[in-house]
Amino acid sequence: MTAIDASSSQDDNVLAVAEKGSSLWHDAWIRLSKNRMALAGGLVLLFFIVIALLTPWIAPYSYETQDLDLGATPPSAAHWLGTDVFGRDLLTQIMYGGRVSLAVGFIATAVALLIGVTWGAIAGYLGGRVDAVMMRIVDMLYALPFMIFIVLLMVIFGRNVLLLFLAIGAVEWLTMARIMRSQVQSLRQQEFVEAAISLGLSTGAIIRRHVVPNALGPIIVYTTLTIPSVMLLEAFLSFLGLGIQPPQTSWGLLISYGAETMEEYPWLLIFPGLALTITLFSLNFLGDGLRDALDVRGSKD
Amino acid sequence: MSLLNVDNLQVSFTTRNGTQQAVRGVSFSVEEAQITAVIGESGSGKSVSCYAMLGLIPMPPGRIDGGRVIFDNKNLLELSESELRAIRGKDIAMIFQDPMTCLNPFMTIGEQLIEPLLIHKNLNKTVAKARAIELLEEVGIRSPAKTFNSFPHEFSGGMRQRVMIAMALINEPRLLIADEPTTALDVTIQAQILKLIADLQKKRGIGVLFISHDLAVVADIADQIVVMEQGVVVERGTPKAIFESPTHPYTRKLLDAIPTGQRQSTTDHSAPLIRVNNLKTWFYPSDSDTPVKAVDEVSLTINRGEVLGLVGESGSGKSTLGRSILRLAPITGGSITFDGTDLTELEGRGLKEFRRRMQMIFQDPFASLNPRMTVYDTLAEPLLLHGICSKRDLAKHIASLMDDVGLARGFIRKYPHEFSGGQRQRIAIGRALATKPEFVVADEPVSALDVTIQAQILDLLQDLGREYGLTMLFVSHDMAVIRHIADRIAVMYRGKLVETGTAEEIFETPKQDYTRSLLASIPGAALGMPTA
Amino acid sequence: MLRFLLSRLLQAVPVIFIVITATFFLVRMAPGGPFDDEKVVLPEVKRALEAQYKLDLPLHEQYFAYLTDLASGDLGPSFKYPGRSVNEILFSGLPVTAELGLYALIIALVIGVTAGVIAALKPNTKQDYIPMTLAMVGICMPSFLLGPLLVLVFGIYLEVLPISGWGAIPGDKILPSITLGSAYAAYVARLSRAGMLEVLSQDYIRTARAKGLPERWVVIKHGLRGGLIPVVAFLGPAFAGLLAGSFVVETIFQIPGLGRFYVQAAFNRDYTMILGTTVFLSTLIVLFNLASDVAAAWLNPRLRAQFQGGQS
Repeated sequence: MTAIDASSSQDDNVLAVAEKGSSLWHDAWIRLSKNRMALAGGLVLLFFIVIALLTPWIAPYSYETQDLDLGATPPSAAHWLGTDVFGRDLLTQIMYGGRVSLAVGFIATAVALLIGVTWGAIAGYLGGRVDAVMMRIVDMLYALPFMIFIVLLMVIFGRNVLLLFLAIGAVEWLTMARIMRSQVQSLRQQEFVEAAISLGLSTGAIIRRHVVPNALGPIIVYTTLTIPSVMLLEAFLSFLGLGIQPPQTSWGLLISYGAETMEEYPWLLIFPGLALTITLFSLNFLGDGLRDALDVRGSKD
Repeated sequence: MSLLNVDNLQVSFTTRNGTQQAVRGVSFSVEEAQITAVIGESGSGKSVSCYAMLGLIPMPPGRIDGGRVIFDNKNLLELSESELRAIRGKDIAMIFQDPMTCLNPFMTIGEQLIEPLLIHKNLNKTVAKARAIELLEEVGIRSPAKTFNSFPHEFSGGMRQRVMIAMALINEPRLLIADEPTTALDVTIQAQILKLIADLQKKRGIGVLFISHDLAVVADIADQIVVMEQGVVVERGTPKAIFESPTHPYTRKLLDAIPTGQRQSTTDHSAPLIRVNNLKTWFYPSDSDTPVKAVDEVSLTINRGEVLGLVGESGSGKSTLGRSILRLAPITGGSITFDGTDLTELEGRGLKEFRRRMQMIFQDPFASLNPRMTVYDTLAEPLLLHGICSKRDLAKHIASLMDDVGLARGFIRKYPHEFSGGQRQRIAIGRALATKPEFVVADEPVSALDVTIQAQILDLLQDLGREYGLTMLFVSHDMAVIRHIADRIAVMYRGKLVETGTAEEIFETPKQDYTRSLLASIPGAALGMPTA
Repeated sequence: MLRFLLSRLLQAVPVIFIVITATFFLVRMAPGGPFDDEKVVLPEVKRALEAQYKLDLPLHEQYFAYLTDLASGDLGPSFKYPGRSVNEILFSGLPVTAELGLYALIIALVIGVTAGVIAALKPNTKQDYIPMTLAMVGICMPSFLLGPLLVLVFGIYLEVLPISGWGAIPGDKILPSITLGSAYAAYVARLSRAGMLEVLSQDYIRTARAKGLPERWVVIKHGLRGGLIPVVAFLGPAFAGLLAGSFVVETIFQIPGLGRFYVQAAFNRDYTMILGTTVFLSTLIVLFNLASDVAAAWLNPRLRAQFQGGQS
């Protein structure tokens, strides 16, 4: 064995002198940045989010301002996107609606993420009986026709936005749990996890340091792809009159109003529709780009 | 006039990182009814050359830059896709390395087998079926009719490879290209398949182009050996010429890398460190009632300071035994004593203390390192966990570990994917030795590495074993490697211990039939590989 | 195979049971009853009505009564439309929704699989980008947006296609079917592309080519079998989705199908109607999911053997 003291000053410099390696995250980021569609999607999304956050300060008109004499008008200098039947500025409506739609998307996904990841990680790591029971519950819940239940819940318990988040989150966490569990399961069998066990690391340390960082990839991808799916669900419910209720507004609600009067005032349908579609596009392209960059298999759909 | 003449072939690939020259002017030939072996390690271009010949390389990333390949008076590289298709499966046939993935799992064996007949010879299904069954019998499959209607997953690797051979020969090709056909098979099966190929070749007078990384394997059957390195041919000649008087330094390096000789134990290792008593590790799969008896009542002793070689084929339970001793596999019965303490009783803190004294080196250097941890992180973990040194001395300690395993210190902040297989294995060895263990289980530590790198790592293990005073359990399926490194040998088959003895005893006077068949399967015997 | 089928069926039963029970209690727990928003009714008349519909019994007795009726296939009378039973309404709407769903599914499968396979044959080229971008549009444009847009363009501006009804005017089935089917065509396209790409990169495809098989044979005979398994597995969820989608499409195009009745019943608090439709649809969904799972497993010979009790 080499004598340590002989080269001690050299040793202390080893870290400082050595070239920094290129981590997998770094490589993935480079790959992502080369994907123009994904980057565009990300930027557009960021733009929408910023606007949504700043809406109360930058919206051209106040939310409640009505001008019944004006009625519905096509886009003009005063109203860039036109007005609705009550004379309300459509751009303002869309901005406020975006706040709600995006909020529902992100919050419900966060709820699903939290529950799903924890559930899946525990089931995947512990395996055996615990895993079997936990996943059997997931399977049974999965078989329940949720769409129908949500419709029911919304009708029955009144139009409570909080409940809306919870209901949507309750549907999406299942798939998240499945993905996390299969990730954790396959990681657990990897040799570097076995090596960590043979070194004597505690279970907690193994999960923290070895399992979670390597499971993040698919989770990130899936989360990015869940948000649009949640937003679609909210829009669907609002369209049927079962989701967001006036005086609040969301893109789904705006689209349903627009559909009613689309013959005379097509812009009331087209602009909210565009807002929703572009946002969904961005999220999906970003998600696909992340999937390619992180080299993850398996698709949400 | 050669059957196949490759003349100055050049192939390149355009990847994310630029253009790589995979084959840089390669020339060799295959004569009628002769076997030409192309030998090389990963990156040598041996497979690419042969795939390019038949147009099996996807041409967007791949590109043929020059050269000719003459077969039947035609330059294969200039033929159109449909002309090539007429030759593939008819005049030139191919078999591949991994019989598990090379057969379509969704089609029956028969369906796949008759395809070449239907396409090239336009036979009707009944005639084709009869012909296929004949051929299945010829390659040694016992119930050909039943096999015809079964699916690939119902068979073992060896059987599947026989099916692939039948599928290749069904149209009576004049040239057979075999890409590492035995690499994925167990040693005894490998010997059978090699013999089958050699026999069929002689019987039908086919030319064979045999690609391999293993000189010893082809020594027995090749008429001509072509050695490739980094896209060029460095030497060619008859096996005798190559083995007795190699001219190129790379050839010599390959030859030297073949593990030879027996380990001469100088010290007497008789004090037992580990005693395994009637160990049982049985697995109970959820979908059936019969347990898988991975380790079935095995008893053996491992003496201090010795290297015990544990040898067996896939399914023998050797890996599970190693893992069981380290408490990485769930023990169902029996006991393991380490330095007097019964390991099977330990849990928690007690177990952690023992873990410091016994470590493992895994087979796959790609999978045994956490891809998100640098060399520093990986080596620091055991040092910090067991309090081997303080945080201040960490860098010093790690640097000296890296010196020990032959890794340049400058790599300390790099990630696993930035290293080669051999370097990764060095990191893994460093991690295992960080806690200065007394006992190390090396589970096929060199099987996933190129031949020349194998030799380096084996030497490293031997040197470190001496330096650190290690007791080692060396698990492998490769008898030649075991002979080179082990003091004593234990042979396992289907979970049971078949025979144990010193290396000399096992190799010279094997007592059990299975041991004998294992020894007989060591390739290179025909050429009288040197034993000392 | 039989063992697998039976075990899955047995698992499905408690699910359906939970659906029935949960729906029953949820609906009853909701504030307000079916007769609350009618014009003011004399208390005695209200009581009589409630007695007739068994609403005056304690909750658990109502439940058992309902279960008994259910066992004999009787879903009870509708609250909102006295004189008509739930069964009647249900079965009048069923054929309509079934037909709509069928057309949508056919559109989804035919367009989706073709697009996906074509895209997979030349990945990262125009042949790939164009169908996949269209598929992305299909996913990002929900049916309640696409429907009105199609109506606007084809019904109102161009005036070539009818915009409401089903079976009344020739051609009135086109727009609704396309609206419902396109999102699913998009999903199927992406799934089949991913599945085919995965399969085409397998070693056994290389073996097939090495045998000199023509490319079309390789793709169709060797590729499709494995590549389309994800699509078969998706059929279950697709069915549930088509059903949900029918709520919207039938509303937009004024189609007298199950979906529309369901939404109306939900608004009107028509207990028996809600219950009956939920039970019926849920049972269908559960069975369909089961069928698609079984089919997907069957297509893989390795899994098929496992379920037959053979080795794998």
